[in-house]
Amino acid sequence: MSQLRIESLSYMGRPPVDFFINDGECISLSGPSGSGKSLLLRALADLDEYQGRIYLDQKECHEFSAPQWRKQVGLLMAESCWWFDSVGDHFEFSENSKAINGWLSQLDFNPDVMNWQVNRLSTGEKQRLAIIRLLANRPKALLLDEPTASLDKRNIEKVEDLLTEYRKKNSAPTIWVSHDPEQEKRIASRHYRIKDDLIIEEGHDRSSR
Amino acid sequence: MITLSYLDLGAASLLVLALAGISFKMRLGLHNQLLISASRTVIQLLLVGMVLRELFKTSQLGWIMLMAFVMLTVAGRAVQSRQKRRLKGLWGYGIGTSSMFISSFAVTFFALTAVVSVTPWYMPQYAIPLLGMLLGNTMNGVSLAMNQLTQTAWQQKAFIEQRLLLGQDRVQAISDIRSDSIRTGMIPIINSMATCGIVSLPGMMTGQILAGSPPYEAVKYQIMIMFLIAAGTGFGVMASVFLTSKHLFDERHRLCLDRLKSD
Repeated sequence: MSQLRIESLSYMGRPPVDFFINDGECISLSGPSGSGKSLLLRALADLDEYQGRIYLDQKECHEFSAPQWRKQVGLLMAESCWWFDSVGDHFEFSENSKAINGWLSQLDFNPDVMNWQVNRLSTGEKQRLAIIRLLANRPKALLLDEPTASLDKRNIEKVEDLLTEYRKKNSAPTIWVSHDPEQEKRIASRHYRIKDDLIIEEGHDRSSR
Repeated sequence: MITLSYLDLGAASLLVLALAGISFKMRLGLHNQLLISASRTVIQLLLVGMVLRELFKTSQLGWIMLMAFVMLTVAGRAVQSRQKRRLKGLWGYGIGTSSMFISSFAVTFFALTAVVSVTPWYMPQYAIPLLGMLLGNTMNGVSLAMNQLTQTAWQQKAFIEQRLLLGQDRVQAISDIRSDSIRTGMIPIINSMATCGIVSLPGMMTGQILAGSPPYEAVKYQIMIMFLIAAGTGFGVMASVFLTSKHLFDERHRLCLDRLKSD
């Protein structure tokens, strides 16, 4: 069972928080901008310093090297970055080309997209490709920072379906940062909110999707 | 060889004075700096001439080492002061200085023992000018490369962190920036090797020829010097870039830009 458990996690001088996400469960996270949603995800990916403990599968973060941890606890940043010229160069390190092609067609990309130049991509295209790039690492848990903020309605639906399908198939605990209450209802079974530096669970809707 | 009298130097200084006068008339605000740095040239070179005269007389390893040490610390300061974003604390100074120490001193020692084969190997007439030329060039390379590395890391934080998030380690995540910085540090010496003799005659060779050496001897020395400088700069630049880029991350492979400070 791959549960993500957070024990007295404190980051950037905030009071410690405790919560957990069961395997295959998705929680939504909301809160005003600047409330520290992205900082929380960065701490969970061990990209910023933190105090406390984070467990995946009962194993503590420091039992893994940092790169290993980040491959398992995949963080999708709100804005994707591409450091090489062509899209395909960013995928060279992953071996699951069959799965990647499946995801590409699910998000309406031709496999030829791998030869495209990054600077010709639109923001939305970059975002959808960044999601596939993240999944290509086969993460065991997902931390999604507003994954659909730059997408139109049709693509939002497709991305939601793809991510939910991946989450269920791989029993991946997921944190989904969203500003859209409708979306929160669609994708998550439990809803958290950051308020005054504290993470509060809202309501108790247990009818998991 | 025609020796220069102080009167000759005075004649040459008239040119600088004329330049300062024009700059004053044109309100360029440069006349002060120009006169101060011209005076510094005179004072520093006369002093170093005195020091060298005494050094050549005694030829004692201890004094030569002291001189070399002074040259190194000054070069270290110069590298540090040319950084737009430098490492906090002693790290910036330490990395720049130790990189120059490793490369310049090793290459100079190699040249003295294996190439020129002077006895004793520390004979100051050879050791001090060689080390000076190596340090001067390595200093430029190291400061260019370190500046490029820290500046680019600062600007491309998002790119580096994206690579870390996808599971790359700290070496992979900064590998391209590292190569670019090494290239930046080595371009000057590569350019001067490629154009020397055509665009300009190298300073040392010019000096030797003016002082009456046969051109061919001067040329052979210059070739050796170019090779030494290329090696010294290259190794120094690599060492400084490797050490600096390592220090930009912590042991959990996080980018620590708070270890940099800007002016």
